[in-house]
Amino acid sequence: MQWEVVIGLEVHAQLSTESKIFSGAATAFGAAPNAQACAVDIALPGVLPVLNRGAVDRAIRFGLAVGAEVRKRSVFSRKNYFYPDLPKGYQISQFDLPVVLGGEIAIFVDGVEKTVRLTRAHLEEDAGKSLHEDFHGMTGIDLNRAGTPLLEIVSEPDMRSAKEAVAYAKELHSLVRYLDICDGNMQEGSFRCDANVSVRPKGAEKFGTRCEIKNLNSFRFLERAIEYEVSRQIDVIESGGVISQETRLYDSVKDETRSMRSKEEAHDYRYFPDPDLLPLEISEDWVEKARHSLPELPHAKRSRYVSEFGLSSYDAQVLTSSKEIAAYFEEVVGIYSDPKVCANWVMVEISGWLNKSGIEIADCPISSRSLAGLLVRIGDGTISGKIAKEVFEAMWNGEGEADAIIESKGLKQISDSGALERIVDEIISNNPSQVADYRGGKDKLFAFFVGQAMKATKGQANPAQLSEILKKKLSA
Amino acid sequence: MFNSSLRALSAMLAERKISSVELTQEFLARIDRHNPDLNAYITVDPEKSLAQARIADSMIAEGRMQPMTGIPVAQKDIFCSKGWLTTCGSKMLSGFVSPYDAHVIEKFNAAGAVNLGKTNMDEFAMGSSNETSFFGPVKNPWDRKAVPGGSSGGSAAAVAARMAPAATGTDTGGSIRQPAALCGISGIKPTYGLVSRYGMIAFASSLDQGGPMAKSAEDLAIMLNLMAGHDSRDSTSLVRDEEDYTRDLDCPLEGLRIGLPKEYFAKGLSPAVEKAVQAAISEYQKLGAKVVEISLPNTRLSIPVYYVLAPAEASSNLSRYDGVRYGYRAQGYGDLVEMYEKTRAEGFGAEVKRRIMIGTYVLSHGYYDAYYIQAQKLRRLIARDFSEAFGQCDVIMGPTSPSAAFDLGEKSSDPVEMYLSDIYTIAVNLAGLPGMSIPAGFGENGRPIGLQIVGNYFSEAKMLNVAHQYQKNTDWHLRMPSIE
Amino acid sequence: MSISTGDVKRIARLSRIAVNDAESEAVLSQLNEILGLIEEMQAVDTSGIEPMSHAQEIVLRLREDVVTEKDQHEAFQKDAPQVEAGLYLVPKVIE
Repeated sequence: MQWEVVIGLEVHAQLSTESKIFSGAATAFGAAPNAQACAVDIALPGVLPVLNRGAVDRAIRFGLAVGAEVRKRSVFSRKNYFYPDLPKGYQISQFDLPVVLGGEIAIFVDGVEKTVRLTRAHLEEDAGKSLHEDFHGMTGIDLNRAGTPLLEIVSEPDMRSAKEAVAYAKELHSLVRYLDICDGNMQEGSFRCDANVSVRPKGAEKFGTRCEIKNLNSFRFLERAIEYEVSRQIDVIESGGVISQETRLYDSVKDETRSMRSKEEAHDYRYFPDPDLLPLEISEDWVEKARHSLPELPHAKRSRYVSEFGLSSYDAQVLTSSKEIAAYFEEVVGIYSDPKVCANWVMVEISGWLNKSGIEIADCPISSRSLAGLLVRIGDGTISGKIAKEVFEAMWNGEGEADAIIESKGLKQISDSGALERIVDEIISNNPSQVADYRGGKDKLFAFFVGQAMKATKGQANPAQLSEILKKKLSA
Repeated sequence: MFNSSLRALSAMLAERKISSVELTQEFLARIDRHNPDLNAYITVDPEKSLAQARIADSMIAEGRMQPMTGIPVAQKDIFCSKGWLTTCGSKMLSGFVSPYDAHVIEKFNAAGAVNLGKTNMDEFAMGSSNETSFFGPVKNPWDRKAVPGGSSGGSAAAVAARMAPAATGTDTGGSIRQPAALCGISGIKPTYGLVSRYGMIAFASSLDQGGPMAKSAEDLAIMLNLMAGHDSRDSTSLVRDEEDYTRDLDCPLEGLRIGLPKEYFAKGLSPAVEKAVQAAISEYQKLGAKVVEISLPNTRLSIPVYYVLAPAEASSNLSRYDGVRYGYRAQGYGDLVEMYEKTRAEGFGAEVKRRIMIGTYVLSHGYYDAYYIQAQKLRRLIARDFSEAFGQCDVIMGPTSPSAAFDLGEKSSDPVEMYLSDIYTIAVNLAGLPGMSIPAGFGENGRPIGLQIVGNYFSEAKMLNVAHQYQKNTDWHLRMPSIE
Repeated sequence: MSISTGDVKRIARLSRIAVNDAESEAVLSQLNEILGLIEEMQAVDTSGIEPMSHAQEIVLRLREDVVTEKDQHEAFQKDAPQVEAGLYLVPKVIE
C-alpha cells in the first residue's frame, strides 16, 4: 500500500526578553543553579505574576510577520499538573483565547514552494530543569529556566514528509531570528520542536492516529525522528497492529523513538482562567507601532533579490535563509555592485568554507568588507578568478586583506601585452613540434600553450589577454 | 490604655506619655497572660517586636511620625513577614520562615508600626470557626466555649481581648466580617483590588481581600489609610488616587438610604440576631436615615457558587505545597508521586483536603462547564443584583452571621452546616464589593452580634462614616469581655 | 449527581493527596454532601450570560522588560527540605 505521511509541528520559541514573563528575574543562560529563580519563579507562598510587556510585543511581531490575527483580547489560563520542575503546580499558558490566531509560512522543498498554515501561537512560561546526575539517587531541580517566556507556535497538519517538516522548522527558525524575538539557539533549548506524526493510506481523507514526539532540539533529530516514526507506524499497521495515541521520545543514540512511560492517569489539566491575571488587551495603536518596527522579512527580501539584483529565485532563497547571511550578502553588494558575482562568492566560497569549518557566519574570519575588497580586485583585472581563490584561502587563514596578500605574494596579474608577447614567443620557439601540430589542425593543443604560459607566469597571466596573444601568434 | 483608640494611642506617643517600647511591652504582657488560654496568636517574638518599637521611638524622636507609628498591630498569619514564622494555620507551613514581606507588611513597617505577633487562623483561611487551624482552635474571649469565627478568628479574638489595639485580617467569603461579628469588634473588607494581595497567602485569588480589624470604625479608617494602595506586583491591584478614609467620618447621616434585602431576613436567621439588627436600623432611622426594602434574589445561590469557585481556585493555588522547595515534606516515601501524596495528605488538614478535592473535581474534564462556568455565570447574576440594589439605596444593611457564635465542635463535623453560616457574607466577595461588620448587641447567651454594612464599589469612606455615626451614638463597640 | 469511590480515588490522585481505603468512605460521603449543596445551581437558566472571572472589569497592566531581581537562592533555600549544590532535591524523576 502507498502511505501518506501527515505532520504538524509545535514549536516552542524562547522569547529574547531580558526578564522572565511573569517576574523580574533574568533569563540569561548558564547561571549558577537557582541563582535566577526569584520568589515568583520558585512560587513562594503569596507571590503573584505580572506580565512582561516585552514578551507580548514579541508575540505581536510574530503574529504580524505570519499574517495572523493579533487578538485584541486574550486570556491566560492555568494548566494544572504536578512535576518537580513546575513550582506552582500549574503552568500559566493560554488556552482557548491565544494571542495569535492563524497565519501561514511559505516553505521551499526541492525548489517547490508550499504554504503551511498556522493554527495559533500563544504565550506561556517555561518550566525548570530536572538534573538526573547522581545526587545520591535523587534528582536535582534548577528553576533558573522556570518562567522564561515561550511562544508556542502550532501548525496545522500540513506537512507531508520529514523534509517538509524540516523546511518548515528552518523557515520558522529563520523568521524568529529575523524578527529578533528569539535567539534560535537550539543547543540551549531556545527553539524546540514537538512533532505530531501520523500516516494514512494515500488518498484517504481521515487522518491516522497520531503520536507526538517531544523535544527535538536539532533539525537533524527532527528529520530522523520523523523518518523513524513514519516507518515504525507503517510497520505496525502493515503487520496488522493499531497505532495508539501517545507521547514518544526520540533517542538520538539509538536513532529511534520510544513510548514515554504512560502516565497512570489520563492527562486532566483542569485549565481555568488564571484569577491572578486579567485579560490581556492589545490596542490597535500597539499593533500599528509593532507593524512599523518590523524588519524586511525573508519573503520580501527574496522577491527584492530577484527583481532588484536579478538573482535566480533559488539563489535568493539560499541567501535569505538566515538573517545573518542576507545581511552579509547585502554588505558585500553595497561595496561591490555586481550582485551575481557577490551571490556566487557568498554561496560557494563563504558557505563552503563555513560548512567545512563548522562555524556560523557571525564567526566568519573574512568580513563582508574584506570579501568585497577581493571582488573589487577581480573586477579591475588585478587578479584572475583563479588567483582570487588562492587569495581567499590566505584571507581565511588570517594572512590579511586581499590587497596585502596580492602584494606580498606577488600575485598581481600580468596584463602587460609586451611582457606576455615575449613569453609567448619563447614558448613558440621552444616547442616547434607542438606548434607544427597545432598549425596542422590539432586545435586541442591550444590548452597546452595556455598551460605553458600560465606555468611561466605562475598563473598570473591575464587569461583573456593571453588567449588573444596566443591565437594571434600561433595562427601567424 | 488597652481600650484606647488608635488616635488616643498615637497622641500619647506623640506627647511622649508612653514610648512605643513601653506600649509594645504592655501588650506583650497581656498576650503572655491571656494567650495560653485564648490561643489567638501562633507566633509571638518579643525581641523582634521590641526592635521595631525602638525604631518607631527613634522615628518619633526625629519627628517622623505618622498615624500608625509606634502602634503595635497583630498580623494575621497569612501575611508573609520577613524573618517571621508564617504558617497560614497549616502544618504544611509550620516551619516556614518567610524570606520576604507582603506588601501590607511593608507598609506597616515603613510607617513604623510594630508587628506584635502572628495571629491564629483557619488553615489557609478555609473555615468559619478557626477550628481547622493546625495550631488548635482560638477561643472566643466572650465565652471560652464558643468559636471566635473564622478564618481571621485569631485577629478578632486578639482585638476583642485587648491583646492588640488593632489587627489585620483577610476575607474571602466573610473571614474578616464574621469573626468581627462573633467577637464583638469592627472589621472591613475593602473593595476587591484596594489592598494588595502580594505576600498574602492565596486561598481563592479572585475573592481574597485583606483589610483591618479593630475596635471602632474610626480605627478601621486609620488602618485602611495605611493598608490600601496600588501595588505593581499584584496585577489585580487597582490604580486609584490616594484616599483619606477618615475624611467623611463626621458627616451627618440625614437622608441616608439604607437598603434591607428581604432575603437576609428570612428563614434561618436567629431571632436574637434579627432583633439586634432591627434595633440598629431603628437607631439609624433616629439619625435621619431612610429604610428601603430591596431584593437580592440570587442570595441563596451564592453558597453553591462560592463553593465551586473558591475550592476551584484553591485547588490550584495550593498545588505549590509539594514538599520540594519549602514547607513540610513527609518521611518514608518510595517515589516522587508517593512523596507528593504523603506530604500533602499529612501536611494539610481535613477541611483543606476536602476543598482541594472539590475544586479538582469541578475543574476536571467533563465537569468544567456544568460547575465552573455555570458558577461564573451565576456570579455575574449575583453581582447584578447588587448593582440594581445600589440604584435604590446608598448602603445595604443586614446581619453579618445568622447567629451569634456557636459552640466549639458544634459544626466542625458537618462541613455543609458550617458553609451555610456564610450565607450573608459570601455574595459580597463574589461581587467584589466592600463589606463591614460592627458590633450591634448581644444574644441571650451573652455572645456578640454583628451588623453588616455593604457599600457600592469604593464607598469605604461612606461606610466608615455610617458605622462611625452609629458608634458615636451607641456603646456596643466599647464593651469588652470580662477578662482582667 | 453523586460520585463513587472510584471518583474519589481519581480526584485524590489528581490532587496528589493520599487517601487510604478507610478514609475514602468518609471523604466520599462528605464530598457528595458538598456536591449536593452545589447541585442547586444547576437548575438556573444562565443562557446568554457571560461568565464572570474578576470582580473588576479592568485591563491587565504590564511590566516593562527589566531585570529587578537579584540572586537570593541561599535565603530561599533555608526553607527547603533538601538541597545540594544549589539544587532542590527530589526522589528520582524517571522520564
